[in-house]
Amino acid sequence: MTHPPDNPEHPPLVVEMRGIVKRFPGVLANDHVDFSLYKGEIHALLGENGAGKSTLMNVLSGLYRADEGQIFVNGQLVEFRSPRDAIRAGIGMVHQHFMLVPSQTVTENILLGLDDPRFLLHLNHYHRKIAELAEQFGLHVDPRAKIWQLSVGEQQRVEILKMLYRGAQVLIMDEPTAVLAPQEIEGLFETLRSMTEQGKSIIFISHKLQEVTAIADRVTVLSKGRVTAAGQPMAGLTRRDLARLMVGREVVFSLEKKPQEPGEVVLEVEDLHAENDKGLPALQGVSLTVRAGEIVGLAGVAGNGQRELAQVIGGLRKPTKGRVLLNGVEVTRKPVRFGIDLGVGYIPEDRTHVGSAPNLSVTDNVIMKKYRKEPIARGWSVDMQAATRLAEELKEAYDIIVPTVETPARLLSGGNLQRVILAREISNNPAFLLAMQPTRGLDVGAIEGVQRLLLAQREAGAAILLVSEELEELLSLSDRIYVIYEGRIMGEVRDGDIEKIGLMMTGTPLEEIEGGENA
Amino acid sequence: MDWIVILQAGVASGTVLLFATLGEIFAERSGVLNLGVEGMMLIGAMSAFSVAVKTGDPWMGVLVAMLAAGLLSQIHAFITVTLQADQVVSGLALTFLGTGLSLVLGEGLSKAGTVALLPAFSIPLLSRIPLLGPVFFTDQNVMVYLGYLLTPMAWYYINYTRPGMHLRAVGEHPAAADTLGINVYRLRYFYVFVGGMLAGLAGATISLAISPGWFSELTTAGQGWIAVGLVIFAQWDPVRGAIGSYVFGALRRLILDIQGPQTLLWFANPFYYNPYWGFFLQMLPYAFTVIVLVLGSREAVRKRLGAPAALGLPYIRGERGL
Amino acid sequence: MPDFALPFRIKAEPRLDTPPVWYTWFVSFLAIAVALFLGGIVIALAGGDPIRSYIHIGKASFGSWGVFSDTMVKAIPLILVGLACTVAFRMKLWNIGAEGQFFLGAFGASAVVLSGILPEDASRWVYIPLMMAAGIVAGALWGFIPGYLKAKYNVNEIISTLMLNYIAIAWNNFFIFGVWSEGGFQMSKTFPRNAWLPRLADYAKEFPALRGLTTHLGLAFGLVAVVVVWYVLYRSRWGYEIRLIGDNPQAARYAGVNIRRNTVLVMMFSGALAGLAGMSEISGVVHRLQGAISPGYGFTGIIVAWLAKLNPFAVVLVSIFFGALILAGREIQPSGVPKMIQGIILVSLIASDYLLRYRIRIIRTTQEA
Repeated sequence: MTHPPDNPEHPPLVVEMRGIVKRFPGVLANDHVDFSLYKGEIHALLGENGAGKSTLMNVLSGLYRADEGQIFVNGQLVEFRSPRDAIRAGIGMVHQHFMLVPSQTVTENILLGLDDPRFLLHLNHYHRKIAELAEQFGLHVDPRAKIWQLSVGEQQRVEILKMLYRGAQVLIMDEPTAVLAPQEIEGLFETLRSMTEQGKSIIFISHKLQEVTAIADRVTVLSKGRVTAAGQPMAGLTRRDLARLMVGREVVFSLEKKPQEPGEVVLEVEDLHAENDKGLPALQGVSLTVRAGEIVGLAGVAGNGQRELAQVIGGLRKPTKGRVLLNGVEVTRKPVRFGIDLGVGYIPEDRTHVGSAPNLSVTDNVIMKKYRKEPIARGWSVDMQAATRLAEELKEAYDIIVPTVETPARLLSGGNLQRVILAREISNNPAFLLAMQPTRGLDVGAIEGVQRLLLAQREAGAAILLVSEELEELLSLSDRIYVIYEGRIMGEVRDGDIEKIGLMMTGTPLEEIEGGENA
Repeated sequence: MDWIVILQAGVASGTVLLFATLGEIFAERSGVLNLGVEGMMLIGAMSAFSVAVKTGDPWMGVLVAMLAAGLLSQIHAFITVTLQADQVVSGLALTFLGTGLSLVLGEGLSKAGTVALLPAFSIPLLSRIPLLGPVFFTDQNVMVYLGYLLTPMAWYYINYTRPGMHLRAVGEHPAAADTLGINVYRLRYFYVFVGGMLAGLAGATISLAISPGWFSELTTAGQGWIAVGLVIFAQWDPVRGAIGSYVFGALRRLILDIQGPQTLLWFANPFYYNPYWGFFLQMLPYAFTVIVLVLGSREAVRKRLGAPAALGLPYIRGERGL
Repeated sequence: MPDFALPFRIKAEPRLDTPPVWYTWFVSFLAIAVALFLGGIVIALAGGDPIRSYIHIGKASFGSWGVFSDTMVKAIPLILVGLACTVAFRMKLWNIGAEGQFFLGAFGASAVVLSGILPEDASRWVYIPLMMAAGIVAGALWGFIPGYLKAKYNVNEIISTLMLNYIAIAWNNFFIFGVWSEGGFQMSKTFPRNAWLPRLADYAKEFPALRGLTTHLGLAFGLVAVVVVWYVLYRSRWGYEIRLIGDNPQAARYAGVNIRRNTVLVMMFSGALAGLAGMSEISGVVHRLQGAISPGYGFTGIIVAWLAKLNPFAVVLVSIFFGALILAGREIQPSGVPKMIQGIILVSLIASDYLLRYRIRIIRTTQEA
């Protein structure tokens, strides 16, 4: 194989992938994908969830091996058997879920897998070395700190440092902004730009159009495992163009939401305090209300107390102070089933680990909240015929695609599993529905379906609290939006002012923002 | 009753638990729970004694014991690391297998008579330290001294060396270690092997040093399980593991010795006059293990300590959504 | 490219469907066959004759109605203990303490006879129900301890149940050697006839064909227990909770299931079944309390449950198989063979699960130009 000469108009090619094919059982994740990266550029890799972006980059970073295709680095044909090979060739990946050992220090995490130190860890020496490197790229972090003590933004810096320390010339950033607040994102973008100025090349994986238009020099778009735009310069591309390339059709950016007067207060959260799993305060005086027939959004960067709030409302976590009322009845410090019996529907953020039992059948999964009551329960027994009938009905009504209702839940796709959970929670006609990240990880079609179901529940008069990290989703579905930051509600927005929301997500209370405007 | 003698014997008896506990700490730190300690110890004890009988060389027995138990542990490694099966069930199976194998291969060994044992000696200067000298450094078996060396070495290795750091990483976050080129599978095989060798050493220490001979399952009498319990109490720390082991060793010794004298602290010894009351004494080490677990888990809750995060979980590379 | 490459490679892919039933059975039989083969090698290494040993096992346990009846006698405690493990394992509670619960069940049943609360000549209709109740209660209590410790202090039940095994043995020994010792021997006196479970042979007068058959009423206990356990696990609300917790405790909590309460209850249920096994053995076979009442039934029950894939009906078949192994094993040299074969079978069974979760493919590698 000979490599074609570089086009003299462009900077040299650092990476070239040709005809990459990667199959998973039942899925063709990458279908003859070509990709190229110039030195010193930021190249966006755009696509929906499941389009094959992460798979392609896992191939490039040596985590997966391609079934077909070739990779050239600096013109040389390479074969990566492991991430170590890729790093040796100068390619490092910062994963979406950080690959850091929480109980170890920053320095230990950076030194993992390296040949130097050989045996004894001379930690002071390496602390110093890492501090210097951090200085050079403006990535501030204490090398002696343990990972679990760091904020999400700091952990991301450790991940970048880890790759830079290994001499990475190409940095793959897998959805780096997903866990950051808008203001932190700006900081990250500055870091990325400073790195390209120092000669590094960056691949920026994203499914967010505005970020791609803001940072990238060129873009490659993947759709269902195939390239729909190969390394096009960003100049001249509109967001609408990109969206069409991603989905293969025009996307509707707004859902139809009927204007509707909300009814009585259904959920009332009063001055709620709670601790997280580590025993640190996670909620520090949260108060909010949700009325019948409205969707209330809760915006915030992940890890600011949303999960704990949902768990307290769902009865899975005991608060240290404060209470939650449902139609005037206190549900805090009561068993979980008390809330279920009062009509709390709860779509947990973790479908597989909390929301379903993977090895039990679809039938067993849909009766999770109903097995104690007629008609599924009959005295001490579970009426399996009634359960199967219910499962068949829900399968029809909610378009759950599954061979039989006896199929174990683990064999369902993410979208289908989410439909099972929604069917279970919504078919109870809940008075109050708590929806945590209900569309995360689903493809566009599935997202739309879930959002329509939520709107239908709103019309049916349910009170809905929607917790999401996708601002776009919150803005299009919610009647009002609370913003949470470090366990406190920063304020409430009714007009969908995205700038205000962004400021609150980074810790500026609403009063300060409005005070500033008035002054 | 001579308390010095009891403590001295307790340290010796605790050495068995120490080796097994250290071995299990290594395996569990890499993320593999191996409940087969009892079986591996039995294989170790049997093969050590058997080889010593045949060759007359106890050191050869120790070597073979470590290799045999290490080899047995690799079955567990294969099933749990490569085949990704449940570690609990596989560990149980290993105990069955080790017990059965040692019974079959050790047939007739209990009548083998006497063999050359591992040497015991005193450490010249240290044995003269008051109190500590007689207990720790006088007439102890060479294995006991090995235990003194192994404990700090294990502690230092885990916390302050590069391979130790990799060991911790593999047990806490194998995916992270894998992306940095650390071979999770190989390390887990290796540390399960280390755990097996140390369990074999523990077995050899019984049959060739502490209570010589081969008495089928009674040779270990559940000490392998006590070691698994001690690991939890030790919070996966070798130094705490050593303290626990010696305390338990002393307890076991005390129970044996308390039934001897006619008087106990100027009172008539009830265990002397009613020998079958001794069965309640025999329960003590097992009851203590449970109590230690209660204390250990309460402390873990309070200090929010925990097992290695990936303990008991198979690592599957290249899974979608990684 | 490596210098040397095989013309094919073996690839394992996760299954995206549930394998057919026949395949599951096939894999289990394959595992047993492999285990017997490996066991044969070890027997040969230890100086035995594996083929003769296996033929002997077959003849000694299935060769005639008489020995088959003896096999059933060995299978009875295995059925009950296997069910005890099935119940607990369904909830992923690793009750390794069935052996101890078995001993306590035997103790409880013996106490009814030996404590003298009943007149020596009390009727069978008094003795047997009382002994059953005492065995069940004693076993359940012995299960309650680790269940409570797990629920309250999160104490690892594997270790606690194991430790309780040793304590149970010492507890029984205290009574065998001391309190109830018969003339200094390490056993109690023989129970009165009315405290014996009826055997088939007891009806030999009416049905001569039953002469010498030792199978006792405990078999009925076992078969009833199979149906009860099946109903509880697969048709009752409680069983639904057990299966839900076993599959995903977080989901169970989210569905409003009380995990702590179920931990205690399931351990007690499991202990009760093992306790009943102990009662049935003491009243149906041994007829007195002594040290050697179990060749490790409690541990074999673990393998039975696992081999039966936690299916209560399959427990019966598997128990007969292992009953045969235990029965015939007593006469085989070397004496550790049954235990070793059990170990090998369990190991190969666990390994064979891989074939159920993965599809193995052999892929021809084509030469690249």
